[in-house]
Amino acid sequence: MSSKMNNDPKKLLRYTPSERANHWLTAMCFILTALTGLSLYHPFFYPLSLWFGGGVWTRILHPFFGAAIVLFFGVMYARFRQHNVMNEADWEWVRRARELVNSDDRNMPEAGKFNGGQKLVFWLTAACILLLLLSGIVIWRVYFSFLFPIGLIRFAAVIHAISATLLIALIAFHIYAAVWTKESLSAMVYGRVRRAWAKQHHPLWFRRMTGEGK
Amino acid sequence: MALQSLDITRRSATTTPPPGQRETLEVVKLIDVSKCIGCKACQVACMEWNDTRDVVGTNHGVLDNPPDLTENSWTVMRYSEVETERGLEWLIRKDGCMHCGDPGCLKACPAPGAIVQYSNGIVDFHEENCIGCGYCITGCPFDIPRLSKKDGKVYKCTLCSDRVAAGLEPACVKTCPTGAIVFGSREDMLGHADERIEDLKSRGYAKAGLYDGTGVGGTHVMYVLQHADRPELYNGLAKDPSISPMVALWKGIAKPLASYAVALGILGAIIHYVTKGPNEVSEENENEFKDEQ
Repeated sequence: MSSKMNNDPKKLLRYTPSERANHWLTAMCFILTALTGLSLYHPFFYPLSLWFGGGVWTRILHPFFGAAIVLFFGVMYARFRQHNVMNEADWEWVRRARELVNSDDRNMPEAGKFNGGQKLVFWLTAACILLLLLSGIVIWRVYFSFLFPIGLIRFAAVIHAISATLLIALIAFHIYAAVWTKESLSAMVYGRVRRAWAKQHHPLWFRRMTGEGK
Repeated sequence: MALQSLDITRRSATTTPPPGQRETLEVVKLIDVSKCIGCKACQVACMEWNDTRDVVGTNHGVLDNPPDLTENSWTVMRYSEVETERGLEWLIRKDGCMHCGDPGCLKACPAPGAIVQYSNGIVDFHEENCIGCGYCITGCPFDIPRLSKKDGKVYKCTLCSDRVAAGLEPACVKTCPTGAIVFGSREDMLGHADERIEDLKSRGYAKAGLYDGTGVGGTHVMYVLQHADRPELYNGLAKDPSISPMVALWKGIAKPLASYAVALGILGAIIHYVTKGPNEVSEENENEFKDEQ
């Protein structure tokens, strides 16, 4: 795709350059945190620690990668929060999601900039990251664990493992949804989408952007 | 195998069997609290043999010195003044690793081979494999391992595995002047404990008994206690030590369950894509915006 096409004024701007940079920085930190975290979670994944310079480096780096996620996602959260407020149509969208998954979108309620599924992923991701942050501080042995009683450290270890599993599942789902819905990945990479795409997947947003049907 | 006498039964973060063909003799260190005079010779011998030196501390009003286990003090005498039906009693317990049959530290450890359990029962930390995460501290039911600020590794009593491998008794046993600490085969130690308990009972300690940590698969360090019904009298020794249910959940069922669930999800996504096809823009919408192409 040439840059000329990307700047085509007939296309709709979905994500600004700074939003895109923000998203991909968060994504990179997620990959690094997930790989280091998995290698500490199950012996099956321990060899992943070799990519980071061994077990000790993996242990040192993991919490800092996690802190970077909190930072970058925090900015993203502030940016996208208003766009992700769930309304009645969004809940209806979620209830009918099974139909869409079966390739039948005839009865899907019209989505705005984000559909109900995307909004739900947004809030669940935020909740998981908050839990990971709080539990992560408690089990960060070198700097913080001595501040907490052993019972809380054990509880935090369980919460950290559960919320990490949930987050990895959520992001796997998020990635698949982006691959499955053609052209949505390029929206996050290049920023602009075709009007046909916008009308197909986000009709309410399409009308708001084009002034059509008001 | 570096040391044939130290065959391995369990190895941390390892899902396949460790080398354990040979059956070595199961050993036990038996600490008779009623015979201990609190001389701390065992603390000294421990540091002497293991070449650790703790910092000179400050007097904080009790005899416990240092006040807690450290990365240099792998054993510490705990002095408890308690009121019992016999009046004031001074109970002195030698604290340190209990060498659990089912070690919580080993269960929690994510680094392959950083913690091993030899077939003789000794639980040993191999610091060269330790990554310094401190999960063993989270997993230990007795609050034993200590993280070194110097090298970021965790240290604790080895039960002098190096001495035992060469047929010697642990340094603390060797030095104990009253014979309060003895070492030998599990069978012999249980026999010796029985004699000691019988003797204590004849001297009026009706509740004398053996503390052997059945909840953690039986420990390889055992205590003869004058008041075995109240182990908490001995500086808060756990009454029914066991691996915390939180640790069991975290390092037990959750580990494989979460891994399978995520793997299943990824498999599901691939199947979905190839059976249902991608979610593309409809012909109708494509035709409406033909000018765009």
